[in-house]
Amino acid sequence: MELARHWRVRHARYRLEGSRHTQTGAIAFPPRDGTEWQPHVLSGRGTLCTYAVIHQPPAGHAGEVPYMVAIIQLAEGPRITAQLTDCDAHDVVIGMDVEMVTRLLEDMGADGLLLYGYKFRPLL
Amino acid sequence: MRPVFVAGTYATAVAEHWNRTALSLASEALHGALATSAHPPVGALYVANALGAAIGMQSNLAPAIAHAAGLTGIEILSLDGGGAAGGLAIRQAMLAVASGMHEAVAVVGVEKVSDVLDEQREAAVALLSDGDWEGVHGVTQTAQWAMLMRRYMHDYAVTPLDFAHFAVNAHANAVANTHALYRFAISAEKFKSAGMVADPLCLLDCATMADGAAALIITAQPVTQCGRTVRIAGSGVATDTLALHERADLLDLTAIRLATQRALTQAGCALQEVHVYDLDDAHGICAVLAVEAMGITPRGSGTTLGSTGAIRPDGSVPLALAGGCKARGDMVGALGVYQLVELTTQLRGHASTQVPGATRALAVCMAGIANTAVAHVLVGA
Repeated sequence: MELARHWRVRHARYRLEGSRHTQTGAIAFPPRDGTEWQPHVLSGRGTLCTYAVIHQPPAGHAGEVPYMVAIIQLAEGPRITAQLTDCDAHDVVIGMDVEMVTRLLEDMGADGLLLYGYKFRPLL
Repeated sequence: MRPVFVAGTYATAVAEHWNRTALSLASEALHGALATSAHPPVGALYVANALGAAIGMQSNLAPAIAHAAGLTGIEILSLDGGGAAGGLAIRQAMLAVASGMHEAVAVVGVEKVSDVLDEQREAAVALLSDGDWEGVHGVTQTAQWAMLMRRYMHDYAVTPLDFAHFAVNAHANAVANTHALYRFAISAEKFKSAGMVADPLCLLDCATMADGAAALIITAQPVTQCGRTVRIAGSGVATDTLALHERADLLDLTAIRLATQRALTQAGCALQEVHVYDLDDAHGICAVLAVEAMGITPRGSGTTLGSTGAIRPDGSVPLALAGGCKARGDMVGALGVYQLVELTTQLRGHASTQVPGATRALAVCMAGIANTAVAHVLVGA
């Protein structure tokens, strides 16, 4: 049930922990490997670059349709892909301010994981 | 490196082949290609397939295909690489012949997608993007193109209907193609009323994945068919970030630009000298971003190639002459081989939708959102 695959990225998924470059100060997400990078928790604030409304889902997300996926420009610089939540499609415009929240990403069934992680909602 | 040529070609009908296996389709294509021209014995078989393992059908198809084609014992190479697989296989076959390692190499691309439901197919294709940082959020490849389309509409003030010309052209061209999936025309009005798959992408702006196999034989000696020889004059491969959000410029398909430049440079051919094109055009936005990346038209102007008729067979940039992904069908890992089979037919002068006098063709296929792109330049003489 892919436990290790999700466990090893838990800091990124639960608290949006990326990396900060020790020399240049550059901020990266997802976290980078290497001694020149140190953990850095992002603010979770950003703006909406673009989004789409999914009506034909992949396996594992059938119960969620229609749902919105987006690319978000984070305040610290990196971009991120995530679902939009707590809003309707007609409330969403490119450029709007959004913030990270923690939500259920996927229910993998009776013998599987309840996978939690970040989604983004309109800034309250 | 010596010149390389296309000898025999063959493509199966693109369809939902309920009663056939990937092996059966690949065998038909390979037998067909081997039988349609005289050439030296093939020294190797390169097999392109993107989804066999991901949808749980069969991985490692190459030995089985070799055996079914009567080539048991032959050297093989299997390539995945998503929608770029066919192009990658042709590139490797070209290198094997050009280097002198082999006198002739067979390439077959095969995809068998109809045995699983849409949800499993979408999940399999989503594996071609970044699983940990895209796929886990329920993002599909179709949704990623939809996001690019929405951003494009925002930046350049165009509407979904501005993309309709690409689907309309593809369907019109497929009517005469006997191996196409959809041999009927569609109108812009019908496009406008189609339901949403991933808003703003509607059903008629989305290619259908289907089953099919195509094969070609690549040789060191020129093979004349219909009075013409077709040379693979240039070939280029390039990559980009796997995750779409990592790119500095979301609307710049860098891998397509680099692969095209590399193929044209090797061919010693200018873009303006190309007569016919085939792209990985599952959606209008794919074609628009590709023609802009290739340098055919400036950034933000791609949809005008549709509205002015430039993409039609009598236009300056003929696209999707066999129906493109939208109407011929999208065979994912086999696409790159279908493209070269179709364009070879075009350069031999007997395509179902023929551009008179075409002697130079450019094909581009890609994986995911162009995280890998492959371009080939064909020259007929």
